Order: sequence, then C-alpha cells, then structure tokens
Amino acid sequence: MSAITTSLAGTPVAWKLPYRGRVGMACLIVAESSIFTIFVVAYLFYLGKSLSGPTPREVLETPIFYTICLLSSSLTIHFAGKLLERGKRIAFLSLWLLTIVLGGLFMYGTGHEWHRLIYEHGLTISTNLFGTTYYSIVGLHAFHVTVGLVMLCTVLIFGLASRVSVDQSRRIDVLSMYWHFVDAVWVVVFTVVYIVGR
Amino acid sequence: MSSDVMAIQSADAAGRSWTEVLHEWVTTVDHKRLGILYILYALIFLVIGGIEAAVIRIQLMRPNNDFVSPQVFNRMFTMHGTTMIFFVTMPVLFGFANYLVPLMIGARDMAFPRLNAFSFWLTALGGFLLYFSFVGGSGLYGAGNAPDVGWWAYAPLASRAFSPGHSSDYWTIALLVSGFGSIGTAINIIATVLCMRCPGMKLSRMPLLAWLNLVMSGMVLIAITPLSAAQIMLLVDRYLGGHFFDTQAGGSAPLWMHFFWIFGHPEVYILVIPAFAFLSEIIPVFSRKPIFGYPVMVAATVAIGLVSTSVWAHHMFSIGMNSYANGFFAITTMAVGIPTGIKIFNWIGTMWGGKIEFKVPMLFCIGFLFQFLIAGLTGIMQAAAPFDWQLTLSYFVVAHFHYVIVGGILFALFGAFYYWYPKMTGRMLSESLGRLHFWLFLIGFHLTFDLMHIPGMLGMPRRIYTYEPRPAWGILNLLVTIGAFIQGIAVLVFVWNLIFSYFKGQKAGNDPWDAWTLEWSVSSPPPAYNFASIPVVASRRPLWDLKHPEDPDSRYE
Repeated sequence: MSAITTSLAGTPVAWKLPYRGRVGMACLIVAESSIFTIFVVAYLFYLGKSLSGPTPREVLETPIFYTICLLSSSLTIHFAGKLLERGKRIAFLSLWLLTIVLGGLFMYGTGHEWHRLIYEHGLTISTNLFGTTYYSIVGLHAFHVTVGLVMLCTVLIFGLASRVSVDQSRRIDVLSMYWHFVDAVWVVVFTVVYIVGR
Repeated sequence: MSSDVMAIQSADAAGRSWTEVLHEWVTTVDHKRLGILYILYALIFLVIGGIEAAVIRIQLMRPNNDFVSPQVFNRMFTMHGTTMIFFVTMPVLFGFANYLVPLMIGARDMAFPRLNAFSFWLTALGGFLLYFSFVGGSGLYGAGNAPDVGWWAYAPLASRAFSPGHSSDYWTIALLVSGFGSIGTAINIIATVLCMRCPGMKLSRMPLLAWLNLVMSGMVLIAITPLSAAQIMLLVDRYLGGHFFDTQAGGSAPLWMHFFWIFGHPEVYILVIPAFAFLSEIIPVFSRKPIFGYPVMVAATVAIGLVSTSVWAHHMFSIGMNSYANGFFAITTMAVGIPTGIKIFNWIGTMWGGKIEFKVPMLFCIGFLFQFLIAGLTGIMQAAAPFDWQLTLSYFVVAHFHYVIVGGILFALFGAFYYWYPKMTGRMLSESLGRLHFWLFLIGFHLTFDLMHIPGMLGMPRRIYTYEPRPAWGILNLLVTIGAFIQGIAVLVFVWNLIFSYFKGQKAGNDPWDAWTLEWSVSSPPPAYNFASIPVVASRRPLWDLKHPEDPDSRYE
C-alpha cells in the first residue's frame, strides 16, 4: 500500500496558496467584528433609554486630537512595514516607535476622559444604561488597543535586539492588519458614540 | 517538525513510563492526537450528559414522582443541555475535523498546530469550569449548586438578584472560555483548508468533508462571537453592576434573547453541517458511486450557512414581536428547508442505482436520512408562527430538537465513528456489536422521541419537574423513559465495542472500505507526518484514479 503513497506524489505542479498568517488574521478580524457589532447594537438600542442622568449630550466631549493620533498610527505602521520590506531597519524601528507613541497617546486620552467622567460627572459603569454601554464599548476597544500595543512593544524589543529583518516582513504585515482593524473599529465606535449617540 | 516526529516515533517504542506517555499527550501539537483528545473528551462528557438525561427521565417516569427535588431537576436539565451542546457535540465534531481535514487535503498538519493545542485546552478548561460549579458554585451563599437557569439563561433569571452565588458565573465563564477555543479552531480549519492543500487539490476538487467544515468554521466565526459578547455583557451586569439586562434600570430582557439566539440558531447548523459532511463521505463509498451533484452540495451548504444566520427569532415568536418580524422569520426559517431538501435529494441520488453495502456506517447514515427528514418537517411546522404559539415551550419542541440532534447529528456521528475508527486505531470495530448498537439505538430513539411529541401536543410544558396524573401522560412518559434507557444500553454497547475492538478488533489495513479520499492512502493509524511525500491529485477521487489507471476520474473533469 505504500506504493500508493509514492505514486500519488507526482511532480509538483505550479501551486500557490495564500499565506496562512494573513488568512488567520482575516478570520480573527471577522470574528472580532461580530463581537463589536453586538456591542454597537446594544449601544444604539439603549440610546436614550437610561432612567437617570447623566446623558451623553451632557458629559461627552469629542476626542478629536486622540482620534487623529490613533488614525495616523495606521499610516505610520503601514510605512514601517514597507520600510522593513526594503530592509531599512533603522527607519522601520523609528516609525514603529512612533506608532507605539501614537497608540499610547490614544490610551492616555481614553484614560483622561474616563477620569474626567468618573470624578467630575460621577458616571461609572453602574450609574445608568449609558454608563454601562459606554464603558463597555469604549473599554472593549481600549482593551484591543492595549493588546495591540503589547504586541507592538514585543516587536520593538526584538527589533532593538536586531532580531527583526526582512525575513519577518510577512509576520509584521499580519500584525499591522490587526492594528488597522483596531483603528477601523475606532472609526465605528467614534461615529456611534460621539456623533450618532449625541 | 523533525524533532516532533522523532519524539512521537520514540513514543511508540515499548517500555515508556506512563508519565512520559502522559507528557507526550498533554504537550502534543499533532492534529491527529488533538483530534483524538477532542473525541475522548467529548465521549466522557457524553456519558455525564447521558446520566443527567437519565435523572431527568427517571423523575418524569410517573406523575408526582419525587426522585429528585425541583432544584436538582433544574440543575440537571441546565447541565444536560449545556454539556451536550458545548462539551459533547462541538468538541466531537471539532475532533473529527481536526483529525480528518489535513489528511483529506494532503497536508501534514493544521495551519497553526500550537493554536490547535491551545484551543483544545481552552475547551477542556471550559468543561472543567462548568462542572467545578458543583463544588464551587455556592460561593458564600449556602449549599453547593450548579447552574440552574436553563441553557438559555434568559434575563433576568441569570442576574445577581435571581441567581445568587457563583453558579451562573461558572456557566458564563465556561461558555466564554470554550467559545474562544471554538473560534481558535475555526480560524485554524479555515486557514488549513485555504492555505495547506496539496498540489492539484483545487477548491473544486476538495472532499466535501473539507468544504463543509470550511463553511461550518465560517459560521463559528460569526455565530459563536455574539454569544461571547453577550456573556461579557452578562458578566458586566453580574460583577460590575451594569444594566444591560436589568429591566429595573431600563435594560431589556428580550435583547438577551436576541443575542442568545443570534448565536443559538446558527449553532444548530454549526452542529449539523459536519454531520452532513460525514454523510457526504460515507454514502458514496457504500453506494460505490461518486457523490451526486457535488457543486450543488457545496452551494446548498453555503446557502444554509447564509440563510441560517437570519432565522434566529423563530425561537421567540411567543414574546410578542410585531407581525412583520414574525412573517420575516417564518419565511426565512421555511427557506432553510430548500437547500436542506436539495442535500437530502442528492444523498438519495447518490444511493440511487448504486451497489449499496449495508455496513454499519451506512446503516447509521440511512437512519439519519429518515430521521432528519422528520425532524425537518416538525421544524417547518413550527416555523409557522401561529402553530408555534400553541406548541412552544412544550415537549413537542423538546422532541423536535432532539430529533435533529440525536436522530440526525448523533446518528451521523456514530456512522463516522464506525467509518473512521479503523483509520484512527488500525483496527475495525466489531460489525456484529455495531449492528446490535444500531438496532438497539434505533428502537430506543424512536420509542423516546416519537412518543415525546404526543405529551407536547397534549400540553405538557418542558422543564417542569413533575406533573399531575392526567390521561395518557403517565404511560407516555413511562415509555419515553424506557426508550431513553434502551438508548443508554445501546451507548454502552458502543463504548464496549470501542474498547474491545481497540485490543481485539480485526486488523484494518490502509483502506478497509475501498474508499477514494487521501486519508485512506496512508497507514492506519497514520504516521505523525501523515504523508511521506506530499501527494499530487488530479481529481476529486485521487484513490480511484490510482486504483483504476485505465479509467481515472481526472479524464472527465
């Protein structure tokens, strides 16, 4: 019967399949989008249904600067990946660091906003439906940014130890897919919470 | 890779201590071993879930019975449902997918072997957490208990006020954790199918089992995640004082229902599509014909996947949605019947004019065809909202979905066990014990679930722990219980067959069924690396081409 195995193994035909990392990350993004969709639906469904204040209109301030930070980090990570492909390691690392700084600024912005809401307006996750849905959806996104930052920092550490080169370009590409997704989710969350929700 | 192979080969050498064996199994990233771990894990939970079903049936055997208290009865049906769906059917199907998909597409492993192991252990942790609730569920609030809020955990029943202690928390976290495991496996299956196929294995040549598991995995990505999201919300409510499902603070109980059933209904198809996959592999081999209507089978599966994501609210007709919503969900529900019907016709078309061999795997598949048809018909009946208003939450519904899951999915699974056991172990399952298992299970199944429709139509609600003596209720329930025990005996025969044949079964050889897909080209059990050299295929039935070089399939494609 082993004859079968050998005779099945003919000369390889031209055969190219997609990179498994990209496909895997695309699947993860589909799954994550589904989770966020449920939270967005809950946020929209509960708009204006809180029995007590404060309301979004009273307390929310649009975080334009921090949004610009996060969205521009998509650009920096994209060009960082391109630079790595061309083997420019130092330029890659500096853009990578800039991405982390921009992401970190965004997280600072979220923390600052939460601090203001909690200490100035007394809005916590258990205050009313707005608090519950707001902290859940923004918190879920912030959690994803944090996970992304941890991964970006890991790459940075490896990069500083001269372990990231053109060979890792495909993997860096997969990570930047995740980061783009996190940014895209923020566009949706921003629209829902700060534009539609007010 | 090579160090793995070395490790596993050395594992086969005699004279290892049991700790070494255990260490190899716990740390394995081999898709075949993980597949077997999934299957064994599911079989253990099958026995546990079966015992819970037996407790339920003994309690309902006669009117005013007091075998267990109402509280224990609530825990039993909650644990039975949760266990059977999340810790039996899902893992056993993932186990088969894990084992078979790489072999069938000519790959040496899954796309992400370590993610595969991680997913399995997450699922295992989920099952452990669920059952740990029996000792840890009480928290600070008194006697030990398990989840008792039903497998839907409808709001506000699952909120802090009505479910004190930690039983619902264990339920939530168990499903959340095993849900992440399922998502990991789904990602893995999709990446494997799309990126790991051997040369020549175009999507249009892939075995239907791989196709159907691809569709199933896509559904897992978009259907399990809403449940995860809803579980996160429930945890926010229970631990952080959130108000998602808190009706006192403006929250909405129906929203939980929607979120649960957005998961819950596609889940049925996530379970049944792999069952379809088994039939699509077994029926052609035992009819000695290629599958009838391969492209239509793929298209019908994709159609089922798409339509089944928009039918969920047929579980909620009785909550008072408006007539447009009722109409929409009734129509979409009935529409699922069309692609499903196409599949049934295609299987019959495959058998039509074939030289049918009535071996045990085929017997179970034929049982599936009849029973799944009836299950589908009662499903179509309940798709009509007014009819559903009469029978929802009655034993008619219980009979309907057990007809799908036991009469359909479990029968296909048993067929798969008899068909692929020789590949996994190198030995055949006993044919005579298999026939005994089939006929006992068939009789027990019909005694239980045919008759269970009747108390439902007479008005017996589900989830009651006992009932007053009424005409026919007592005798019907007694017969249902007797049927359940016949099924239990049949499962014991099956388990005995699994154990007995492992040691004493007839040697299988590489290809005991004269089949056509790639897994039968390697030894039984397959070597750790699956294929010594990666095969190249030219048609949907590579082994047919090999056995019949004078008339290969590739000539007609």
